[in-house]
Amino acid sequence: MFIVDYVKDVYGAMKSLLVGMNRTGYYFTHHKEIITEEYPDNRETLLLPERFRGEVVMTHDENNEHACTGCSACELACPNGTIKIINKFDISPEGKKKKAIDTFVYHLELCTMCGLCVEACPTAAINMANTFEHSVFNRGQLTKRLNKPDSKLKAGVE
Amino acid sequence: MFSLESLTTLVQDWLNKTFPPTWALLIEFVIVGILAIALFAALGLVLVIMERKVAAWIQIRLGPNRVGPLGILQSTADTIKLIMKEGLTPDGADKFLFNLAPFIVMIVSMLILAPIGFAKGFHIWDINIGVLYVSAISSVSVIGILMAGWASNNKYSLLGAMRSGAQMVSYELSVGLSVLSIIVLTGSLNINDIVLSQQNGWWLFKAHIPAIISFVIFIIAITAETNRAPFDLSEAESELTAGFHTEYSGMKFALFFLSEYINIFIVCAIGATLFLGGWMPFHIGNWESFNHIMDYIPSFIWFFGKTFFMIFLIMWFRWTFPRLRVDQLLNLEWKYLLPISMVNLIVMTLVAIKGWHF
Repeated sequence: MFIVDYVKDVYGAMKSLLVGMNRTGYYFTHHKEIITEEYPDNRETLLLPERFRGEVVMTHDENNEHACTGCSACELACPNGTIKIINKFDISPEGKKKKAIDTFVYHLELCTMCGLCVEACPTAAINMANTFEHSVFNRGQLTKRLNKPDSKLKAGVE
Repeated sequence: MFSLESLTTLVQDWLNKTFPPTWALLIEFVIVGILAIALFAALGLVLVIMERKVAAWIQIRLGPNRVGPLGILQSTADTIKLIMKEGLTPDGADKFLFNLAPFIVMIVSMLILAPIGFAKGFHIWDINIGVLYVSAISSVSVIGILMAGWASNNKYSLLGAMRSGAQMVSYELSVGLSVLSIIVLTGSLNINDIVLSQQNGWWLFKAHIPAIISFVIFIIAITAETNRAPFDLSEAESELTAGFHTEYSGMKFALFFLSEYINIFIVCAIGATLFLGGWMPFHIGNWESFNHIMDYIPSFIWFFGKTFFMIFLIMWFRWTFPRLRVDQLLNLEWKYLLPISMVNLIVMTLVAIKGWHF
């Protein structure tokens, strides 16, 4: 019967719409559980997870020494050309040329925070920092030099 | 008791005493115009923040909470941003129509405001064909939308406008028929008479199941007529970017955005007037003492309370139901809503003739 099907259609449609509205109405009236996170304003008490990936930084110790040998494994590992390593050749006292890092260029604007460079680094020279506010007014400020001026390679790192 | 009627008569008497009658009338026009624009601005700000909060609460989020206490100044900040933006007109657009369209949409929304009774004895224009006037004027807004879509010279805009045209023309019928079923009971098109006829109870409760059916049809059809989800095919952001207002920016976009919310307010006000008694307080038959207590709440609070209840219902729909496809949309109107509302109108006429309602 056509008319029976028609009424059944309308009844079923109204019923399913009311079921949906019941669900959302329940959420509206039970405003306790919030599934989103608020922006972290609590800087003093903020606890970020250890594996949080902010920007890439190079760790320097108190003598302004880092562990980067300039092997450019990170540059090869980076999927979108964020890292550019410029090497220089130091002349050791014995007169031998030795490869060392001149500038570690890091383009934050290209970085996707995947962390592959950190995994690729054989000497654990770089790691991911916990910072998360990266906006600046000038794009040039996003191109960073990671090794500090006058820093040199830690003794014993090859 | 505080009433807005005494205020308006006070102003009118003072103006008539101080100025010649023509000037008094002109000054009244200006006052009404300023009040209407102020109401529009206030409604736009309130409804946008209400929509965002309702959406957030339904989706178990917090919603805007940065600007001002609990984020209530968020829409003000957005408006200031939109005012300061450039109103771009694309090179390929029909410049005259492109710039005219937002004003047409806005003026239509303003015109519909005229016959609505906001409180006891407080309306702009008490005409004897109020409901007819509203349904006649509200169909003009589709011209503004078609104009915007055509003048943009953009395929998405034109598609959105065509969909919107088809949708509004077809859903107008259901709105008209469900409004008519209440007119059958009241026997008058005057909005004041319709409100007064609900002195002993609202039509939604007085006229049994036919009134409830026509209320449901009315609320579905007005959701479609104001182009809101689940019927927002004309701006369906996932397929048509933003539909007819893709090319608009700055304040011209804001006028479209504002007129959407104003239209919601107006259709909800009409719905509240017809089905929920407008500014009439909640009365039950002849329980004199109960009715008397209800009369202590001012009539404009009743009006705005009912209207905002309807607006909340429509927002609830928007954040619950998925969008319809265009063929489903027309199926729903022509195969379901229209036949049902026609049969319902006949039943309602029978109820009115036999006097089965309370």
